[in-house]
Amino acid sequence: MRLGFVVREMGAGLRRNFTMTVAVVLVTMVSLFFFGLGLLVQQQVSILKGDWYDRVQVSVFLCGPVSTEEDCPTGAVTSAQRDALRAQLESSPLVDRVFYESQQDAYDNFLEQFDDAITENVTPDQLPESFRVRLTDPSRYQEVREQFSGQPGVEDVPDDRAVLGPLFAAMDGATRVALGLAALMLVCSVLLVSTTIRLTAFSRRREVSIMRLVGASRALIQLPFVLEGVIASLVGAVLASGALYALVEFGVGRLRERPDFTTRLVETSDVLFPTAPVMLGVGVVFAVVASLLSLRRWLRV
Amino acid sequence: MITFEHVSKVYGEGNRPALAEVTLQVDRGDFVFLVGPSGSGKSTFLRLVLKEEKASSGTVQVAGRDVGRLRSWKVPALRRQIGVVFQDFRLLADKSVFENVAFALQVLGKPRHVIAQSVPETLALVGLGGKERRRPHELSGGEQQRVAIARAFVNRPALLLADEPTGNLDPETSVGIMKLLDRINRTGTTIVMATHDDDIVDQMRKRVVELRDGRVVRDEDRGVYGSSR
Repeated sequence: MRLGFVVREMGAGLRRNFTMTVAVVLVTMVSLFFFGLGLLVQQQVSILKGDWYDRVQVSVFLCGPVSTEEDCPTGAVTSAQRDALRAQLESSPLVDRVFYESQQDAYDNFLEQFDDAITENVTPDQLPESFRVRLTDPSRYQEVREQFSGQPGVEDVPDDRAVLGPLFAAMDGATRVALGLAALMLVCSVLLVSTTIRLTAFSRRREVSIMRLVGASRALIQLPFVLEGVIASLVGAVLASGALYALVEFGVGRLRERPDFTTRLVETSDVLFPTAPVMLGVGVVFAVVASLLSLRRWLRV
Repeated sequence: MITFEHVSKVYGEGNRPALAEVTLQVDRGDFVFLVGPSGSGKSTFLRLVLKEEKASSGTVQVAGRDVGRLRSWKVPALRRQIGVVFQDFRLLADKSVFENVAFALQVLGKPRHVIAQSVPETLALVGLGGKERRRPHELSGGEQQRVAIARAFVNRPALLLADEPTGNLDPETSVGIMKLLDRINRTGTTIVMATHDDDIVDQMRKRVVELRDGRVVRDEDRGVYGSSR
């Protein structure tokens, strides 16, 4: 009986303030969409980082006949230098395994990766031989790099992160923009919820005064107001999740279909969990907090 | 039922007190008229009983509870023991007579079969049997006030407060309302009624408490409205 009463009151409130309810739904939707977008970008960043750490190999390029004087003052690597480097790598606690890639191996890989137009002008001795090193702890990449660059016979130990760094920075920036927009819109939705409650409280002041006088509990009086905000926010959150799902399904999905695109990307299952539940939760929590705060202000009990 | 001990109420700092050092006792089953000019403190008295306001000093006890110390979440329990009737009826225009009275029980979570039984009973008691489906605007002023009384009484409160219940009614209709209140009083319900209506007070010959500038200036059994007017 009492639950039925609350639901009826809530329904009446939603209908009475239809335009305000729509406004709350839309603003909540936009704000949670940006919030969810920020979460997804962060998930993509961690996927990329994970993949990169899985794959990380330190390449120690050795001096060859085409190396410059500046990089290799001692000229091409000698076999003594090569053996010393290998021994040093294999004894290092940071190193898991060492592969040697000769100039011929490098040339074979090169042929595989690029088409004829590029490869026809390249000969094996133009490519550097190298040690490919797997690390026990990929995050200590930099230590290995510092230890081996500049050793005799080593031409270069390139830093792959120089390539990935700007990408991560850009994605972090995108996250910040999305979360900033989300915060702004969340403020709007809180203000709208507050205004809606103020209007509802005014249009229902007579019912509320009678409820107080006959001794209805505070919870019963306030619950319909809070639930109105929660329902509107939930609808907004569901719409936002749907929009995000569609974005990943059609936007990211199209990218994935391209054959040359091998990077792992966020998937629709990432939207379903954990992004959508987090969005719903945030939407509900904000609606409840906004409602309770404005009820204190507009609804004396 | 109601005990006021040295109760004062000041609205805002530096203002004249609305009630000053009021000490008063209303026993269970009493019928008390609260009389006095506008601004004499009648409404403040009723608001303090309902804990709509908090006394500035002194203690207010209602039905054995110290109202001043009552925690806010217990206030609804207090109000369930008190029925209130106003000059302007305060009915819900979009609800029928039955729904208006049932509303008071619904918000307390009473089961449907209780509502189906006690609402018609109470409407019959106030003399509105057969008008359950009407809307408030289809009723006369007296009938609307009867609906309001039914709503206040349907939960069988121990105390009924009435703030100028006949203020908007013609003398003849007012007599009917007073008869109804008297009948309710005879069921054992304590009634405190604030009023300006000297004819009614003089006819009823009940206890009269006169307030003036927030002070009790007269308290007599079987009193009249008085010469003060």
